[in-house]
Amino acid sequence: MTLLLWGFDLTLILSLAWLGWRLLASADLFKAIVLFIVFGLLIALTWVRLGAPDVALAEAAIGAGLTGALLLTALRRMRHDDQPRAPMQRSSNNKERPS
Amino acid sequence: MTDTSATQTIPRPARLLVGLLTLLLAAALGWALWHLPGTAVGLAPEVSARLADSGVRNPVTAVLLNFRGYDTWLELAVLLLAVLGSWTLAHTTDVGPVEPVPGLLLSALLRLLLPLMVLVAGYLLWIGATAPGGAFQAGSVLAAAGVLILLAWPAAAERLPDSLLRGGLSLGLAGFFAVALGSLARTGYLLQYPTGWAGRLILLIEAAATLSIGLTLTALFVGGRPRRTERESSP
Repeated sequence: MTLLLWGFDLTLILSLAWLGWRLLASADLFKAIVLFIVFGLLIALTWVRLGAPDVALAEAAIGAGLTGALLLTALRRMRHDDQPRAPMQRSSNNKERPS
Repeated sequence: MTDTSATQTIPRPARLLVGLLTLLLAAALGWALWHLPGTAVGLAPEVSARLADSGVRNPVTAVLLNFRGYDTWLELAVLLLAVLGSWTLAHTTDVGPVEPVPGLLLSALLRLLLPLMVLVAGYLLWIGATAPGGAFQAGSVLAAAGVLILLAWPAAAERLPDSLLRGGLSLGLAGFFAVALGSLARTGYLLQYPTGWAGRLILLIEAAATLSIGLTLTALFVGGRPRRTERESSP
């Protein structure tokens, strides 16, 4: 392996370890979710370096993209639940896009 | 809203102990990895030997859809169970995005992005036979498109007819089932593709699975069974 690849792998590993610590230690949940998405993208890079491009494609789309969106939606619903109970405006009739 | 209250209630000695145990586990894993053989042999030679018979040229697709097709069939069943599980657990009245993302940027971007995403998904599905790609990758791109649609137009979850939603969710599993029954009738063995038909049947299964996976992941993002208003009767 060339020196460049060694350097790339080392940077990747250190970034993964540092990101993992930062997102677990983060007090702000939104920041933790954003770091998790970045973590997922770095994991996709790791899969490529391990010689598994199929898994990397799936990881980038599902692990980073879809799970990130799921976590953000869950965070929003958590915050709604924590706020004092107000009638939820579920007016989907007039929120449609005319498109 | 921050989460500092949770971290401050765990006493410091406990946190240090957990950190130490985690470091020990990491060290043990590193030691085990260090002593693995340098070049893993695995099953790659066997797969390459029979790759010509599998109907595709990508060894990953050959293993997923031909040699271990039964496992992929069960994976599709697991995805369907996940959606059913989320439907039973979530309330139907407060699911998914409630209001569309404000501003013009998202809808303008979607007009450009959505056709491209469908094209990329189709490409990934087609190229899965010879290069990295396949049903799960294409399905996840479709799911990303579905999530973007829901962010711009949250009512889409309720606009989709119930029959289409349920049909689409079970399409992957049903497609696999149909191919399995057909090959059972034709060759006498479950999922033994008839000679010469493997490539076409794999593409058929993958196409059905792509639609199904995209719809499943989008349904998981919605989080619950889409609410039907009383005046809308589902077809």
